[in-house]
Amino acid sequence: MAPVAGRPRPGDPLDPDAAISVRGLVKRYGDFVAVDGLDLDIRRGEIFALLGPNGAGKTTTVEICEGYRSRDAGEVRVLGEDPADGARAWKARLGIVLQSGSGDSQLTVRELVTAQASYYADPRDVDEVLALVGLTEKAGLRGRTLSGGQRRRLDVALGIVGRPTLLFLDEPTTGFDPEARRQFWSLIRSLRDLGTTMLLTTHYLDEAEALADRVGVIARGKLVEVAVPSALGGRETAPATVTWTEDGARRTEATATPTAFVADLATRFDGEIPDLAVARPTLEDVYLQMIGDDR
Amino acid sequence: MTAPAPAREAPALPSLPSVYRSRSSVELKEFFRQRESVVFTLLLPVLLLVVFGAVLDFDLGSGVSFTQYFMAGIIAAGILGASLQNMAINIATERSDGTLKHLAGTPMPRSAFFVGKVVQVLAVTLASIVVLLLIGVVFYRIDLPSGTDWLTFAWVAVLGASACTLLGIAISSIAKNGRSASATVTPFALLLQFISGVFFQFSEIPSWMQTFAALFPLKWMAQGLRSVFLPDALAADEPAGSWELGRVALVLGIWCVLGLILCVRTFRWQDK
Repeated sequence: MAPVAGRPRPGDPLDPDAAISVRGLVKRYGDFVAVDGLDLDIRRGEIFALLGPNGAGKTTTVEICEGYRSRDAGEVRVLGEDPADGARAWKARLGIVLQSGSGDSQLTVRELVTAQASYYADPRDVDEVLALVGLTEKAGLRGRTLSGGQRRRLDVALGIVGRPTLLFLDEPTTGFDPEARRQFWSLIRSLRDLGTTMLLTTHYLDEAEALADRVGVIARGKLVEVAVPSALGGRETAPATVTWTEDGARRTEATATPTAFVADLATRFDGEIPDLAVARPTLEDVYLQMIGDDR
Repeated sequence: MTAPAPAREAPALPSLPSVYRSRSSVELKEFFRQRESVVFTLLLPVLLLVVFGAVLDFDLGSGVSFTQYFMAGIIAAGILGASLQNMAINIATERSDGTLKHLAGTPMPRSAFFVGKVVQVLAVTLASIVVLLLIGVVFYRIDLPSGTDWLTFAWVAVLGASACTLLGIAISSIAKNGRSASATVTPFALLLQFISGVFFQFSEIPSWMQTFAALFPLKWMAQGLRSVFLPDALAADEPAGSWELGRVALVLGIWCVLGLILCVRTFRWQDK
């Protein structure tokens, strides 16, 4: 098995054990190259977050894997099959939560989930799914009357009722309030515990950090890095920043040995060091640095 | 990371009939629960029947009231609304709001989507015909068809609805969304109704308009239904001097084939 933070190199063979394996993926829209030679492996059972600015190629990559779009070059295998072939039996093993949602409906939440379940071989129990996404109380409301957050939870319910092996979540929490987002995170964790592999795209770095086993950063159509969230961009070994107040001025020191530095600093003060803070670069700091050339 | 669940024995996908049933039920609920579409598709022809029935009164001879003539046309217009207008607006709306894209990402057999739409059109068409006939009989003393006229009624309705459904699905692919589909299709349908012998006697319409109308299915549906609702003596008043049932079948059949080709070539599951 490849190391945890590893990513395939151009020219590597497809990984037959991966949930998703992509090599040299290219997609053009006219003159614009949306995806430019992307290589990616997503392992079975992991939550993989794809980060990147708008227009970097996230949704295009995901929608090629889902079978919605054609590709101009490269190899793609999703659960061992080429999405371009997209047979029913293959689709039955996927769950897809689109960025655009699942549409307006006059049907109730329960009717919608029940109808969706009727397309699958071995669907989950509808009540169980409604409870899992927290829509039990809203089961009798019509789809089109739901609020934005409730709608998104309905989209997730429709995505998981078929008991997917692999779940795609394209910006699932856009428009959520902080509490709804926390609830959603615990839903995703319980799905992971049930063994579902997930490919998540998001704009929220805290979401990627909280949920993902690994994150990939995509910029200008290429995957620029793959790592566990705590190690992205060399974060875990990057110099820490120590800040404090001395002689009425804010002082800052970057150091690779923050413990020693603070201990030394403490000897200069009688008691507490005023306004002491020690910080590692946040995921946001390293992310912004990585996509920096793009903005 | 939790270990992936052990691979399950792959169970069989649901059978086509069971998905067809599920989709049909979805489509019926979607239509009959939406007040706008019910009013627009089912009540508009009734309203037109009441208003035009009160205003227009031609003497057709043979002791036939104008409403008897109008009945054939308004039922043809009702079928047009239930099939062509309904499908063009409904599918364009579902394409622009992401319903179609969502369905395309599921293992739903694609044929099930179209089966559901056909069931919806059949139900709405039948509802429209029943409502119009009931009002016609109760308030306007329409003479119901008799004997083999019912058979003609059935094939003209089914063939006309089929052609118009296919055409409606094809038109939905051109429209940007439901609203633009409605803005294009509604005036066109109204225009066709004026020149196809729905509101006015077809033989009184200028001949170049008759020729234009004859290119589209509505004129032939109305003509076929006139043969059902009017005494055969009035066939002489038709421009051709007869009901031309063979030609009605031929033109509607050609539109079915043309509509099917257009559908297959233009249908999209997502916005461009």
